[in-house]
Amino acid sequence: MLTDLGYDRWILDLLLLVPLFGALLVLLRPAVEAKILALAVTVVEFLLSVPLWWLFETGTAAVQFEAVHAWIPAWGISYRVGVDGISLFMVLLTTFTMPLAVLGSWNYIERHVRPYYALLLVLTTGMLGVFVALDLFVFYVFWEIMLIPMYFIIGVWGGARRLYAALKFFVYTFVGSLMMLVAILSLYYLVGRATGVYSFDYHHLLRNAPAVEEWAFWLFAGFFLAFAVKVPMFPFHTWLPDAHVEAPTAGSVILAGILLKMGTYGFLRFALPLFPQVALDPAIVTVVIVLAVIGIIYGALVAMVQPDFKKLIAYSSVSHLGFVMLGIWALNLQSVEGAIIIMLNHGISTGALFFLSGMLYERRHSRALADFGGLAKVVPAFAAILTVVALSSIGLPGTNGFVGEFLVLVGAFGAYPWATAAATTGVIFAAAYLLWAVQRVIYSKLDKPENERMPDLSRRELVVLGPLLAVILWIGLYPAPFLQRIEASAAALIEQVREQRTVATGELPR
Amino acid sequence: MRPLDLGTPGGLVLALLPEIVLSAWALGVMLVIAWRHRDQRDQRLVGLLSLTGLVTTLAVVVGFWIADVRIAGFPGMIAVDAFRYATSSVFLVAAIAAVALSLGYLGRERLLVPEYYLLMLLATLGMMFMGGGADLVVIFLGLELMSIAVYVLAGINRRSIVAAEAALKYFLLGAFASGFLLYGIALLYGATGTTNLTILYLQITGLGLQDNLMLLLGIGLLLIGFGFKVAAVPFHMWTPDVYDGAPTPVTAFMAAAVKAAGFAALVRVLLHALAPSQAVWGEAVWWLAAVTMAVGNLVALAQRNLKRMLAYSSIGHAGYLLAAVASGTELGASAFLYYIVAYTVMTVGAFAVLVAAGTDDERNVAIDDLAGLAQRRPWLAFAMAVFMLSLLGFPGTAGFIGKWFILSSVIDAGEAGLAIVLVVTSVVSAGYYLPVIMAMYMKPPVSEEAHASVGLPGAGRVVVAVAAVLLLVFGFWPNRALDLAHDGSDGLRPEVILTNTPQ
Repeated sequence: MLTDLGYDRWILDLLLLVPLFGALLVLLRPAVEAKILALAVTVVEFLLSVPLWWLFETGTAAVQFEAVHAWIPAWGISYRVGVDGISLFMVLLTTFTMPLAVLGSWNYIERHVRPYYALLLVLTTGMLGVFVALDLFVFYVFWEIMLIPMYFIIGVWGGARRLYAALKFFVYTFVGSLMMLVAILSLYYLVGRATGVYSFDYHHLLRNAPAVEEWAFWLFAGFFLAFAVKVPMFPFHTWLPDAHVEAPTAGSVILAGILLKMGTYGFLRFALPLFPQVALDPAIVTVVIVLAVIGIIYGALVAMVQPDFKKLIAYSSVSHLGFVMLGIWALNLQSVEGAIIIMLNHGISTGALFFLSGMLYERRHSRALADFGGLAKVVPAFAAILTVVALSSIGLPGTNGFVGEFLVLVGAFGAYPWATAAATTGVIFAAAYLLWAVQRVIYSKLDKPENERMPDLSRRELVVLGPLLAVILWIGLYPAPFLQRIEASAAALIEQVREQRTVATGELPR
Repeated sequence: MRPLDLGTPGGLVLALLPEIVLSAWALGVMLVIAWRHRDQRDQRLVGLLSLTGLVTTLAVVVGFWIADVRIAGFPGMIAVDAFRYATSSVFLVAAIAAVALSLGYLGRERLLVPEYYLLMLLATLGMMFMGGGADLVVIFLGLELMSIAVYVLAGINRRSIVAAEAALKYFLLGAFASGFLLYGIALLYGATGTTNLTILYLQITGLGLQDNLMLLLGIGLLLIGFGFKVAAVPFHMWTPDVYDGAPTPVTAFMAAAVKAAGFAALVRVLLHALAPSQAVWGEAVWWLAAVTMAVGNLVALAQRNLKRMLAYSSIGHAGYLLAAVASGTELGASAFLYYIVAYTVMTVGAFAVLVAAGTDDERNVAIDDLAGLAQRRPWLAFAMAVFMLSLLGFPGTAGFIGKWFILSSVIDAGEAGLAIVLVVTSVVSAGYYLPVIMAMYMKPPVSEEAHASVGLPGAGRVVVAVAAVLLLVFGFWPNRALDLAHDGSDGLRPEVILTNTPQ
């Protein structure tokens, strides 16, 4: 029925427009209605996006739900959007997270309510745009535009050192993206000169990328820097703890859940397929794998010694994203599928962890682990959920975390046994830092009198956490529907990268 | 396209019509001032008259542009092409904005100087000759007319010592610059025997003078002279003090229009007459651009005073514009035209907000003084945020499209190194544009009565609003403006004119 209505032609346009109009509405209506309106808009957005899941055709790597409109024809720029197996879950993750983010901000945000929710909605459009853009100009515009709402969310509604964190977040990302800008423009001209067709169309550039082999290294470097900062890969990660800690809860959730995925998504969509001969060059591979493994272990070790709950989660992100990088660069079906699943999982589990730490903060105005202890007796529901989420983040079988990390490790072991072996210790460390933190917060002795009167989770908070728990178990127990949808695109990506590389290096395919 | 024969008196008058209209108007305004100069009401009348004159001239220019009047035959003293129309429109728009800002400003600062408006008209007239001159002599005359008017404007507030210092400094260094320029013109004449731009081109190619020493010296002196006018490093030393000391609407006028005029003349001379020697001046402009971008942006980073920060930022932007010139292509000229429009709009807008935020020449407005402006004056703060983001080159604003355009032209010309300098300095510029936004939105107002006096009279508000809207519109739908920019750079190449000329 939806297909009769042309759902596949207008859905992406609509998904990008609805939040913008929602933002306008939020600004125009009285402040008391802001959060209700924002919730309504994000829920509508989510409901609109749900049919993507069913209507998405498995077994093909082709771009689906594509929409094209002319924009700046003089420069070969058109507004071109579409999804495939790689971006589908990023889109769904975004639309799924946003209503929860609005609910999670319900009582936390008290000042300047209207602009806050308007910015959240603009941010939604920006993030979705990044994931669906199939024109490099459009991609770049969304990639940058999304910085502004996040900058304001951290800088206006953040913690004590919010100005510093906001500026750092902005400048780090901005450095990376401007390098990418130079790379995009160079690619455009080089391909244009080689083919006579000047266009920012992703597929046009992808088809003709081998023509620019001479410059591939520098172009790759431009893209690499932008994405590596965003992921963030060690050693570009230092903005992350600051931004995470200072951002309001919903900001941290969105940062960890969605924004970081833009980096890894960028590798999968642009850096790797456009420049396979550079990306798979042994020297580059070694660098990336080593940095990924350092990220995994370093993130975990630093997380272990954090006294601040939010900072602990922030460093755990560095560790988790290291697994994603490892999976992407191992470049076989299991590892890439695993990487995409981890991207999804990390959004769910880490998002949930940030929500939980935010709920603690709302009750006690403290994020220090040492201020808690023995909460299991006071807030049993909270304690139970925290335990489950922590276990999922560790990767306990039966939860989502296991599926992704297992696939990555299995896939990567064949390619880089030593690196994989080292990375596996990251899982052990994850168990150490998270279980220790959980123990200090909810299981040890209840020795702080302030904690005795803490209220348990409210109904609103349960509504926030419920869907996250459901997805944690769903992916953990029955990941097949997810994997089916990813498989074709992942396989096509791998084949394309390997094929182009053989063409480029002149080796005959064996 | 309507051909216009400059050989006939009627054709010549028609070609000069915009300038004639503005001159006549300026003379009329002068007469009005002679009779009416007693109080603020008189001054306001003069201001409104000047505004009308500028708008009328703009209408004439745009009419020529729409009718697509072009030259038929060999160019004499004045160019009749889209580049002239485009640059004239920029100067006129900047002048209109500056006059509109001054309407309330002069009253607030208790200045009774009706000549102020006359000087603005004359300066604009000079600029139009700079953008439209097809002969080095016309360009020089235009430059002098503009400069002398602006020297006086800078020091028009006779009660301010700082303004007097600014005016004197500007005058002395400006006189030096004129000297360099004139000497350069003389050397070019010595090398080629002409001051006409097109004949210059023909002589250089015909006689193979590309590497002639006298020509090269002339080019060097010319670059120095123009370098002063557009505030390129290392000829920028006067800029911060002069911008800081002058009345703010004049500063806006200088930062936007005077700089644009210098660039317009520079672009025409380099890309048209001196195109054959591009290998030589290309290198020099490359370095000028790189150093200007670096120094302007780095020093701006250290400024706490908003007016000085904007002064240094305008130096940085001169660097971006020079980068477009350095690419030396028609694409570069288009990028230059687009960016100069965007730059003029955002600069005028930012200075207009500064006028609103301060008193007493705005010399005392620190960036942190804007703290909490968003809570008290949300629309003004929003407009300022748009200006800052556009100056930063952020997507969604005209500044981004402009920077993208310049980067395109630079990369297209194969100057990857310059492109890298451009983006790195852009990152640096985030370090001083963002604190303005940060102060307005993320810091609380210092006191209850902070920003109570902030505000603009009606005309100033229109300037701010129009500027912000224009930047956003051109940021998302730049198509029409891009076509015009392309059109405007079309006739700049000497080959184009020569093919149109019947032998």
